[in-house]
Amino acid sequence: MNNTEIVKQGLKKRYAREKRFQLYGKLAVLSGFVFLVILLFDITSKAWPAFSVTEILLEIPVDHESLGLSKDSEPNEEALSGINYAGLVKQAIRNVFPEVTKRQQKKLLYRLVSSGAEFEIKQMMGENTDLIGGEPVSVWVKADDDIDTYYKLETVTSRVKGEQVRFIEKLKAEGRIQTSFNIDFFTTSDSREPEQAGIRGALVGSFWTLLVTLLVSLPVGIAAAIYLEEFAPQNKITDFVEININNLAAVPSIVFGLLGLAVFISFFGLPRSAPLVGGLVLSLMTLPTIIISSRAAIKSVPPSLKEAALGLGASHMQTVFHHVLPQAMPGVLTGAIIGMAQALGETAPLLMIGMVAFIVDVPGGIFDSATVLPVQIFLWSDSPERAFTALTAATILVLLAFLTLMNALAIFLRNYFEKKR
Amino acid sequence: MQQGLTSEAGSVAGLNNFEATIGENLIDDAKISVRHADVFYGEKQAIFDTSLDIGRNQVIALIGPSGCGKSTFLRTLNRMNDTIADCRVSGSLTLDGEDIYDKKMDPVLLRARVGMVFQKPNPFPKSIYDNVAYGPRIHGLARSNAELDEIVITSLEKAGLFEEVKDRLTAPGTSLSGGQQQRLCIARTIAVSPEVILMDEPASALDPIATAIIEELIDELRENFTIAIVTHSMQQAARVSQRTAYFHLGHLVEVGETSRIFTNPRHQMTENYITGKFG
Repeated sequence: MNNTEIVKQGLKKRYAREKRFQLYGKLAVLSGFVFLVILLFDITSKAWPAFSVTEILLEIPVDHESLGLSKDSEPNEEALSGINYAGLVKQAIRNVFPEVTKRQQKKLLYRLVSSGAEFEIKQMMGENTDLIGGEPVSVWVKADDDIDTYYKLETVTSRVKGEQVRFIEKLKAEGRIQTSFNIDFFTTSDSREPEQAGIRGALVGSFWTLLVTLLVSLPVGIAAAIYLEEFAPQNKITDFVEININNLAAVPSIVFGLLGLAVFISFFGLPRSAPLVGGLVLSLMTLPTIIISSRAAIKSVPPSLKEAALGLGASHMQTVFHHVLPQAMPGVLTGAIIGMAQALGETAPLLMIGMVAFIVDVPGGIFDSATVLPVQIFLWSDSPERAFTALTAATILVLLAFLTLMNALAIFLRNYFEKKR
Repeated sequence: MQQGLTSEAGSVAGLNNFEATIGENLIDDAKISVRHADVFYGEKQAIFDTSLDIGRNQVIALIGPSGCGKSTFLRTLNRMNDTIADCRVSGSLTLDGEDIYDKKMDPVLLRARVGMVFQKPNPFPKSIYDNVAYGPRIHGLARSNAELDEIVITSLEKAGLFEEVKDRLTAPGTSLSGGQQQRLCIARTIAVSPEVILMDEPASALDPIATAIIEELIDELRENFTIAIVTHSMQQAARVSQRTAYFHLGHLVEVGETSRIFTNPRHQMTENYITGKFG
């Protein structure tokens, strides 16, 4: 047997091995893709109801008698706030269902509409005082979350009584019930009532927190990376620092939360639940990521470029800032954005510093109490009301959208800077 | 002078005799003088007790087999070796009588006076104009934009590149061909008006036509600059240089007029190398 035959014999086996390996790879990619699709499908199908809201048409009586105002004087602020708006809503519902007289039934009737309806009416009256004394005003008010869930998903739950089902049938028959886009989901903050809850507060909280993280971790991270890579003397102290930075990247994030609690809140006395502290804690967490990726980017700049600059008489600093850093920028920015995306999705350390509170106001700055998107998801996923399930899934979708956006930005920036080279 | 005299004694010294340098390694009125230089990378010694003078407005070619220390020697002349952490240089190296390794000698200033062209063309990822203007800019050599324009244009002209690129000075330097890139690097170096230009195998990555252009250029540059060039090509050394120094394993074996080295080498190893017996 000569060599050609020996090689020929083994050839089949070798190709088979390669094919097998490729198959394993394809299977791995496919299974990952399948899981991703299942996950996205599950979340999207759960989140879908959260983007619409059920509304009920009511005629709110606005004559002076119903409002409890005298006809002689102009309505002032005080008089307006004295109006029993809840009573108005109840009266309007009773007008739709004149046949209902029993106390027990009335109670069920009142529960059709959201407890936020009276505030909607109050706001409307405050903005349009000329309505007072006129004909009853037709208003679409939000339904209660149980009714909302029942109407949108058409599933009977123990939360909706048989009589309420009949009420809804009547509303349907009269065209007094509809669903519309839930704009409040994006414009309001957290609430105990699912139909009134929104993510604006968490979104703004995430924005302030990430702003602090970016402003702290990016300059500190890049400066540290430049110093360690370009200027630091090669000695044991530098090695020690390097090892510790690498270790920090692997520290569980909740430990950074504990550190933040001990240092920023207990020792420095910074406000609890504030984006400032959250941002600082997340900076600690993202710093190792940024430093490591920036160092890798700086290291990958070809030495010939540095030599060219040095050979012309550029100082070390000029070489770094004029030539090395611009070349390393795509890598540095990619690392920074990936670090930011990590920070955006981080929950555990923020629980430690009190960003888990129930906050109704939209934070106006980095010192206000705030919460962030992932913590909002955590809070809602824990709530018993069924409607919160949809809100949780919808918030997850929003968070995923932002993460995708940030990663797309990272890719775009990398391509942009690479083209500029 | 000692070495020069002793080496005269035997016209052809034995193989692997690193005792002393043969030939005229020392000259009068040198631009750069190196005496008894030793260079170490950590424990390893790369250059052994080398003494060599580099004459004004002359081209000196440093030849020798790979790893013989000629590039290392070149880089000690403008302290490019400073960037290597464990590199150590001892002995006396002077530029116009000033000690290159003196504490008072600023490496930035030194490199403005002793420019360098590298083996692989390494233009900055900037426009052709900015490549040439970079040196004058960082050193503040031009007082106005017009003056800077003039420096850029004359440098490109001196490097023989201006005619080829005058319509696209804003194009990236990396868009040029290899030979053009190398001439751009030469233009960039002479824009700073150095006194000495060190060239580390400047044509080894180029095709024969580009190489011929570079060689012609080197010959022209000799009028204004002192040039030391490391080359692997014996023909190139013969064509462009006035003096040639042959290195072997970190030792400077023989120095002399280029015509003499290539016609009548005195050391057996020099002869073996230039006749192609090893290297």
